[in-house]
Amino acid sequence: MNSPILLIIQREFLTRVRKKTFLLMTLLAPVLLAAVMIVPGLLASMPEEDKTILVLDEPSILLPEEGTSQFALDYLNPGEFDLELAKQFLRESDKDALLYIPAGNGWDPDFIKRNILLYGKEDIGIDLQRFIERQLEEKINNQKLIQQGVDPEVVTQTKTQVSVKSFTLGEEEGNEETSATPLKMGLGYIAGILIYFFIFFYAVQVMRGVIEEKTSRIVEVIISSVRPRQLMMGKILGIGLVGVVQFLIWVILSGTIYTVVSTFIYPEIFAQQVPMAPDAPDLSQVDQGNIFAMINSINFPVVLGGFVFYFFGGYFLYSALFAALGSAIDQEADSQQFMLPVTAPMIIAITTAMNIVQDPNGPMAFWMSMIPLTSPISMMIRLPFGVPIWQMALSASLLIATFFGVVALAGKIYRVGILMYGKKVTWKELFKWLRY
Amino acid sequence: MIRAENVTKQYGPKVALGGINLNIPKGSIYGLLGPNGAGKTSFIRIMNQITAPDSGTVYFGNRELAPNDIARIGYLPEERGLYKKMKVGEQVLYLAKLKGLSAAEAKSRAKEWFVRLEMESFWEKKVEDLSKGMAQKVQFVTTVLHKPELLIFDEPFTGFDPINTNLIKKEIKRLNQEGATVIFSTHRMESVEEICDHIGLINNGEVMVEGPLLDIRKHYMNGTYAFTTKDEQGFEGKDVLERDHVHTGYTATIKANEYPSGLIQELASKNQLLGFEEVLPSVSDVFIDIVQNGPKPKDS
Repeated sequence: MNSPILLIIQREFLTRVRKKTFLLMTLLAPVLLAAVMIVPGLLASMPEEDKTILVLDEPSILLPEEGTSQFALDYLNPGEFDLELAKQFLRESDKDALLYIPAGNGWDPDFIKRNILLYGKEDIGIDLQRFIERQLEEKINNQKLIQQGVDPEVVTQTKTQVSVKSFTLGEEEGNEETSATPLKMGLGYIAGILIYFFIFFYAVQVMRGVIEEKTSRIVEVIISSVRPRQLMMGKILGIGLVGVVQFLIWVILSGTIYTVVSTFIYPEIFAQQVPMAPDAPDLSQVDQGNIFAMINSINFPVVLGGFVFYFFGGYFLYSALFAALGSAIDQEADSQQFMLPVTAPMIIAITTAMNIVQDPNGPMAFWMSMIPLTSPISMMIRLPFGVPIWQMALSASLLIATFFGVVALAGKIYRVGILMYGKKVTWKELFKWLRY
Repeated sequence: MIRAENVTKQYGPKVALGGINLNIPKGSIYGLLGPNGAGKTSFIRIMNQITAPDSGTVYFGNRELAPNDIARIGYLPEERGLYKKMKVGEQVLYLAKLKGLSAAEAKSRAKEWFVRLEMESFWEKKVEDLSKGMAQKVQFVTTVLHKPELLIFDEPFTGFDPINTNLIKKEIKRLNQEGATVIFSTHRMESVEEICDHIGLINNGEVMVEGPLLDIRKHYMNGTYAFTTKDEQGFEGKDVLERDHVHTGYTATIKANEYPSGLIQELASKNQLLGFEEVLPSVSDVFIDIVQNGPKPKDS
């Protein structure tokens, strides 16, 4: 264990893993992540309290509906109550709300629907409002149908729902695959976002590490023992290793928590669909019966292999750039002017993720997955949809080639930068260092 | 020990070293002297292989400097520091292992040094909890732990408190007596005069003079004589460079083109002559002399 680069990797890894913040982050993040997955489901399933609603139903549209065990309907006699009296009655009673349905002239359903009022002693809950709206919509609909001389029963029977089975046609016959677009969208999107966060989080740590060595003035002592490039690579590899360990722990812990909670603690909640983030692909379209066929239609070895490759490829590329940045500045506060140009491609890649998901083989998806600064994210989003081998090979080769190029250049900047103190560096200066 | 032949180094348009030749004898304590920006640190970084020269050759012993020689050099840079969050012991071992020591060897040597410099209590402390003086001792130990044949100290005493300065000077002398060659690089020339036996004066990337310290100072003696007398009598009308009343009487330095036998006789008769010597110029005097008048030819 006396090879300098191994010693550096070991130090970078151990000093980080031993920190309390690492332990805290590693253990808390899965709990938070699991919470993000579980809490919406829990909240959504939490029932409102049982309520009794007074109904002043002048046109007798809702009658004889009795409501549910949660929302009981209690009718007032329109002969005895007008709206004011009913409100007064609500105030003095132990009931929770008052629903007022006015008759209007000639019991016109369109007039009725516009003038229904709901009063609550407290705020009206969203569930109660929805319940009332659903009930009334159905009744008013039926009323309208009857007025037009149509039997509502006939309408119910003629309602049709179409569900198209889509396939991906393979080159050869018998090679048709069940299309699993929503699943692929979800998979690509999540994988892309994971890579984005991993690169951002750990590449910035590389930069911080470089700045720390510079500001603590240890760096010249170190590079009188090892080559600057060894120090840079050791740092990148050591921090990458921390990332891999942390990531694996997260995957295992999150999975465990999710499985335990969904199987043993709240199984009924997870039978329902848990609402996802608003812009995430809607997985609810996935048909339960078809799920295995869909899963089989995704080439998992390619997706997984691609994930590992772009995960590391992207991290190495960006961390080399961040190391060069860190070497050029004296404190993190100075990093802003250089950060944006370096991180812009990644931000573009993540903001165009939805476009790529929608057209995974379009020209934008193609070019974004070829350019090495965006390919780790963009190609990852495309992979579940199937990408021609030549494109994968080209994208991977470009990424590897660029990585070596960037390491060579970053190494030059790094070598000069770490020994420069107290100087505000400009882009021009950085290019000059390449020639030293 | 170290020989540089026509070593050049340029950073963009700035010439840091313009083809220098230096010879640092084995076993010497060598002062690499010159003002800030003269090229000292550039040359030191070349010896440490932090940067490579643009042209020229550096020899370590009898052969060209090789990558492995890093393990034979101990270097305390001007910009020195330690990992603040690391424990002292761990850090000393890490730096020693980077220099190629085995873990066990590094530990036993480190313990020895910690006892010698009375710093055993530091071992488990974090660097950020050390005082500046304590951190300096740790830095010194990390520089010498791997028993380097060549020790390089860049501006070693800036920021050191007087107690540490003396302690470190003593330890450096001891290491030198045990066979290590020592290079001190500093712009404060007076600070190393007493400890160095050889010097090289650098200015604007050029070596102006190099050799045994005493020889150089003798070579640059310029007819300045110092007299110590009872009082001021006898100096009237003389071109006195410096004068001072001291507890033993009166001192005056006088510039003369030849041995001042006349003045000696005069003072002996008019005054009480208590002392007389020809003044050896200090290194700074030599430096100023050369900057103003150029190097003095060998035979003059």
